[in-house]
Amino acid sequence: MNVSYAECSARQRLAALLDGGSFHEWLPPSERLVSPHLEQLGVPSAFDDGVVIGRGRLVGEEVYVAAQEGAFMGGGVGEVHGAKLVGMLRRSVRDRPRAVLLLLESGGVRLHEANAGLIAVSEVMRAVLDVRAAAIPVIALIGGDNGCFGGMGIVAACVDVIVMSDIGRLSMSGPEVIEASNGVEEFDSRDRALVWRTTGGKHRWLCGDCDALVEDDVAEFRAAALQALSGHRFVTREALEDEHALLARRLHDAPPGADAVALWRRLGVAAAEQVSDLSADDVRGLRVEATPA
Amino acid sequence: MSTDIGIEKMRFDFVGMRRPGSFAPVLVGVVGSGNLEILVEPRDGAACAFEVETSACGFRPIWEAVLHDFHARHAWAGVQVSINDMGATPAVVSLRLDQAAAQIREAGP
Repeated sequence: MNVSYAECSARQRLAALLDGGSFHEWLPPSERLVSPHLEQLGVPSAFDDGVVIGRGRLVGEEVYVAAQEGAFMGGGVGEVHGAKLVGMLRRSVRDRPRAVLLLLESGGVRLHEANAGLIAVSEVMRAVLDVRAAAIPVIALIGGDNGCFGGMGIVAACVDVIVMSDIGRLSMSGPEVIEASNGVEEFDSRDRALVWRTTGGKHRWLCGDCDALVEDDVAEFRAAALQALSGHRFVTREALEDEHALLARRLHDAPPGADAVALWRRLGVAAAEQVSDLSADDVRGLRVEATPA
Repeated sequence: MSTDIGIEKMRFDFVGMRRPGSFAPVLVGVVGSGNLEILVEPRDGAACAFEVETSACGFRPIWEAVLHDFHARHAWAGVQVSINDMGATPAVVSLRLDQAAAQIREAGP
């Protein structure tokens, strides 16, 4: 039976993704490691501060995992939430699991915690790169209703392999932020079709910004995560320069009006107009592999 | 209707009759809008203690009624129930409590 990844809570996702009964949580809710800031602002705390960390097995392979709960403050990263992510990542460098899985769902920094949240996100980025430098693959899974935005969008861009569903969204500034700062003429955040074709999984796949596109199904995410175990890549200067060149080319070649469909057409995607109606399987076959400049 | 700003904290202690046996802590629900999380743990003593933290201030009598109704059905002894609430309705609170009770029963001896 199909189980929607988007509709699962963070804990349900971990239970479905990992081998049955293999998950062991660090700093579980009974430890009550809650935010030191929220209560003062009249906002309820969560016993896990919105993120679940621990270790488990994926088809027998030991993996360290973190899952953000999008329903709690939009998955916003506060001081404790960020420290739990960093702790899990640093422990990975010490213990060397087969891989690290990040089940990301976040609007970015939890604004209630301001600088503490910003610092936390920057520490998460550093820790992700340290794990990669230790030759351990970091795999991001993005398929929650809240997407992956802000600081966590940057964290996602720092990992080895990104797996997305079409429901999942990945970007830096979220739709409401763009509209608030640049006006509704620039970006209408209530236009859901526009939002998804600009940040959704299919767009990220067609542009080469994610490495696997799956249906909204926990079994497909599990299969993709398993495949990603061998996806480690060292961060090299050459790879970074290639990435910069690719982004510069994309900006240079972007069609006027900057609409995603026109961009896909420019990239050589067949039937670009129909992409939003196609299944993940069909869209997977449409990506045109970038030719070296 | 309440215009208070902040978190209201409440504690209710009921005399319990039945010990659920030893169990690992159970967490159900999420602290999201109109929802709540409930952490159930073993504790010493005969009482069933409910601790509630909620962003919806001024609803103490309703909390007492909902928790009393739950306790009338389960009569737990030696149990700590901790709740973080973000404006869940009484029906949602009752459903979540029953969900926690079901999980403890399933995991039970």
